[in-house]
Amino acid sequence: MAKRVWVWTEVTDGAAHRGSLELLTLARALGTAEAVVLGPADADALASIGNHGAAVIHHGDDARYAEYLAEPQAATLATMVGADAPDIILFSSTPSARDVLSRLVAKLDVGVIANATDVRYDGDDLRVTVPWGAETTGTVTLNGSGPHLVQLRPKAFAAEEVGGQAEVKAVDVAIDDSTLRTRVVENVVEASEGPNLEDAAIIVSGGRGLGQPENYSLVEELAKALGGAPGATRAIVDAGWVPYSHQVGQTGKTVKPTLYVACGISGAIQHIAGMKGSKYIVAINRDPDAPIFELADLGIVGDVMTVVPKLTEQLRKG
Amino acid sequence: MKIVVCAKHVPDPNMPMEVDTGTKRLKRNPAQSILDPSDEFGIEIALQIVENEGGEVVVLTMGPAAAEDALRRAMAMGAERAIHIIDDALAGSDALGTAKALAAAIKAEGPDMVICAVESTDAYTGMVPGALAELLNLPQVTFARSLSVEGGAVTIQRATESGYQTVQAQLPALVTVTASVAEPRYPSFKLMMQAKKKPVDARDTGALGVEPGAVGEAGAKEEVLTVELIREEKQGVKITDEGGDSVDQIVAYLKKIQVA
Repeated sequence: MAKRVWVWTEVTDGAAHRGSLELLTLARALGTAEAVVLGPADADALASIGNHGAAVIHHGDDARYAEYLAEPQAATLATMVGADAPDIILFSSTPSARDVLSRLVAKLDVGVIANATDVRYDGDDLRVTVPWGAETTGTVTLNGSGPHLVQLRPKAFAAEEVGGQAEVKAVDVAIDDSTLRTRVVENVVEASEGPNLEDAAIIVSGGRGLGQPENYSLVEELAKALGGAPGATRAIVDAGWVPYSHQVGQTGKTVKPTLYVACGISGAIQHIAGMKGSKYIVAINRDPDAPIFELADLGIVGDVMTVVPKLTEQLRKG
Repeated sequence: MKIVVCAKHVPDPNMPMEVDTGTKRLKRNPAQSILDPSDEFGIEIALQIVENEGGEVVVLTMGPAAAEDALRRAMAMGAERAIHIIDDALAGSDALGTAKALAAAIKAEGPDMVICAVESTDAYTGMVPGALAELLNLPQVTFARSLSVEGGAVTIQRATESGYQTVQAQLPALVTVTASVAEPRYPSFKLMMQAKKKPVDARDTGALGVEPGAVGEAGAKEEVLTVELIREEKQGVKITDEGGDSVDQIVAYLKKIQVA
């Protein structure tokens, strides 16, 4: 049976967020796709959401939804759910998506499934796919009253321009002043350092196995020789070797390059979550039992300090 | 200033993760479990705030007996005391069930600030802090990459995809922190010895006044139906390198997949 599917849709810097648009593809497959946009959005942003398949846009055009984090949005969503009862609400994995969703879960006293990669219904039975680690996938459902709340991983679906036009309905819910407690004082866009990891066809990443911060340059040089972008694990970002913008993984970027070269990376779940979808994976690690080898198309059990510079040199020679 | 820091005892993230296909839960080997490394950042910033402002840092966890190890570690870093929510009825709790138990313990403390990691390293759903903030009726100030407290308000730099936001809320508030917020201290031997004597207050669901049906497997709305091992048949090749002798094979492979 076709479901009524709401997609919590984020508009940042004037444009609909890619992660939200991806979910409209899933929403259309499940039934009727309706976007919920809380906060300012101009005609172009709304047109883009319609173009990506939303039949309806519920638009709460109030700047306070953007100026105050999570609480006013969660309160409004709870009221909307009470009045309009969708079957399921899909959330992307951005910080704001997680903030609003986690607050809504407690407000509605319902279950939630996070980090999903697929959603389907067998009749009325919800079936959600959640990957755990490199080797295990769970099929998960939610019991109790609705709506079903599911948060999906980035790039689980491709955003598709289907050429639709959405009917825009104003959200008629008054914001309660008591929810205006966490205020955004300032929004700062920082110029990102280096190439855009999310769009790179080739990524060379480094982990703790590099031994010390100076050795990260070996990763950068190999990336350069291959015409790719350098990435990193959370461990070495936490350790301060490289900036957060390089981090691949659950709390970093999700990437799907053609080639991913993992240098001195053991393959902790947090990292694998962000790079598992790479088409070809080459891993270089000293420990033959490292979990990364289970994902690798080509695994080199060896010393990154020896193999990586030699490989770079060979590639430079052509 | 009283700060409660939520902490979790998790399987060492550097070991491969295994799911028990029978119980459908993560296999937890206490001997290979540690204080979640992402909690150390919250403990550190809490200690720094209390060092400046006065007050105390209380560390809170929920988990089986072995989870006390995480509390001892946090106290070795400098937390004054600990609360351990421990009850067999809590096994199998989902994110909301966990938040309900934590909220009950925190309410009794009435802290000025609650600090959580953005997400745990093992389950990584990131759903507990927001649910906890709602249950405690606190503002939620999230994804902090830096944090300061002044004049009864907390101000953070909140990491965003394109940079950061400066975000402010009046205390009491719940804050989630990222790894950039502070560099965790390494406990000295002396502090580790002292931590063994610090008080751990164990509480079960009865003591917390939590309805048994609201937590644990009984209260969990999220149900795992099946767990499958997906050994992707990648037919990967594994080569042992000696002094860089695998480089020709790597280059040949890169040519084969047409990236070199």
